[in-house]
Amino acid sequence: MAKYILKRFLEMLLTIWVIATLTFVLMHAIPGSPFNTSNGKSINAVAMKNLEAHYHLDQPLPVQYLIYLKSIITFNYGPSIRQPTQTVNDLIGQGFPVSFELGMWTLIVAIISGIALGVVAALKHNGIIDYLAMTIAVLGISIPNFVLATLLIQEFAVNLVWFPVGTWQGVSYMVLPVIALATGPMAIIARLTRSSMLEILNQDYIRVAEAKGLSPVLIVFKHALRNALLPVVTVVGTLAAGILTGTFVIEKIFAIPGMGKYFVDSINSRDYPVIMGTTVFYSTILIILLFLVDIIYGWLDPRINLH
Amino acid sequence: MSDQEPLLQVSHLHVTFKTHGGRVSAVRGVDFSVNRGETLAIVGESGCGKSVTSLSVMGLLPASGKITQGSIRFDHQELTRLTKKQMRRIRGVDLSMIFQDPMTSLNPTLSIGSQMTEGLVHQNKVPRSEARKRAVDMLKLVGIPNPQERMKEFPHQFSGGMRQRIVIAMALICQPKLIIADEPTTALDVTIQAQILELFGRIQRETGVAMIMITHDLGIVAKIADRIAVMYAGEIVETGNKRDIFYHSRHPYTKALLDSIVRIDLPSDELHPIEGAPPDLFSPPAGCAFSDRCPFAMEVCDHVQPPTTWLDLHHRAACWLLDKRAQAVREAVEK
Repeated sequence: MAKYILKRFLEMLLTIWVIATLTFVLMHAIPGSPFNTSNGKSINAVAMKNLEAHYHLDQPLPVQYLIYLKSIITFNYGPSIRQPTQTVNDLIGQGFPVSFELGMWTLIVAIISGIALGVVAALKHNGIIDYLAMTIAVLGISIPNFVLATLLIQEFAVNLVWFPVGTWQGVSYMVLPVIALATGPMAIIARLTRSSMLEILNQDYIRVAEAKGLSPVLIVFKHALRNALLPVVTVVGTLAAGILTGTFVIEKIFAIPGMGKYFVDSINSRDYPVIMGTTVFYSTILIILLFLVDIIYGWLDPRINLH
Repeated sequence: MSDQEPLLQVSHLHVTFKTHGGRVSAVRGVDFSVNRGETLAIVGESGCGKSVTSLSVMGLLPASGKITQGSIRFDHQELTRLTKKQMRRIRGVDLSMIFQDPMTSLNPTLSIGSQMTEGLVHQNKVPRSEARKRAVDMLKLVGIPNPQERMKEFPHQFSGGMRQRIVIAMALICQPKLIIADEPTTALDVTIQAQILELFGRIQRETGVAMIMITHDLGIVAKIADRIAVMYAGEIVETGNKRDIFYHSRHPYTKALLDSIVRIDLPSDELHPIEGAPPDLFSPPAGCAFSDRCPFAMEVCDHVQPPTTWLDLHHRAACWLLDKRAQAVREAVEK
């Protein structure tokens, strides 16, 4: 096991290096510079030279590349170009806890309600509850979260005034964005759980468990669910990375001071250190989650041997 | 045992399935009984209703299937009248089942020990440590080496034959009065088949459990059955002890089935299949279900169901040839 974890860790480092390199190449391939101004005023040529020198942008690309690699290894990306009073680490430090909190609640809601909906639908296969659950699921998949967010705000924040409209100051502020964000993943998880559960419930070992006289509750939870969750875990791993990090639109709609804003803004403004910092940070989280999925897999299914 | 009533008495059992194509009468008036400690073999080709019959006894018919008529008496209780909950208390306590494919009969994500003991722990309220002890004993009985250590292992770490031994041990652990084995050796290769059949024989001698062996393999029947019921198109066409069926069979279907066995001791390359196909059970035939394929079919066979004729106390068959009025035909056939 230790050997497996070490091997995976080295692979992760390699993956992060590839991502960082690709990001660097892409970043310099798109036209524009952090010092382009939108109002048409140009910066004085001497000032520009000094600025470029300050951020090492006057160096040849290979040298800049090495400087970036060094910043990744030391976890120190330096100050943002657009907001020079804050370092990239500050931005991540402020934004990520908020995004993470939103993301975790979203994940918890999506996973629990998705699995519950899927299991109930499978157990009542072709019944009214099944059709109802799957209708909810189809709606959840087909309605984009920003549309749902707007509708939720209109109904529950503006008309009924049950919840505040935006910002991030406590539990009541979380309800609407979590619902808006969780509905899509919940629908995906519900559909997957249902089909996977239906397949497992047809397996011989379920019939054997019934022949032993076990109660339906025990059969569902001990024999069926664990097997049915294998494909669900795979999907949740990739969904989780997106939810924990990339909730830009929802954060924008609800004025949540998360990380999504910095990520998107940094690309628009060619804020090189912020782009590099957030990209590497996001990919690290994604890679760690995928690693966790593999570990959970090994625990759920003894046939998978982690060596 | 001085018990007069058989352990299991199935009478006039009718089972229909609702499908997209309409109603299928899978079992059409089946009668049989199993005495304590006895092995009854139910033989017949695929789709003749033998598995459905056994699932009805277990109370495990899928939601689309329904017992429309008849009675199943087991150990002085009428099973068709029990609630789901009451039925569950009989399954896994007095009644066990072994399914066809050992490769899929065990849950891949649970250890053998957990699967062996769960019935005892949850159904029979045996303490876990006691259940584990019994599981180890059972595994030893069915011939699993190092049972203590192997309890921790998972199904994929066992071969097919070993898995079927585990499945058998699992069915035996609650000391049931009756085990229904649905083609327990079909998925195994022949050498393992022989070992498993021997195991069944030994278990029966040691525990005195009654068995229903469902199979299409007459070789197995010859080896372990006390009595045989031959099923065709949802009906039992002939019942008797081993000698009756193998040497004095009276129903043309039984005879054809016996003829179709490939004999390696006879110098012939010919196969003797039964020509034709079983009738469509969406609309069961008015007369004898076998009349279309029967080489001796008479006019009456197509229109009226043959009555059951008792040839002696245990041997009975449902065929018009056994009717008094068909004596001339019967004699011609026998020549």
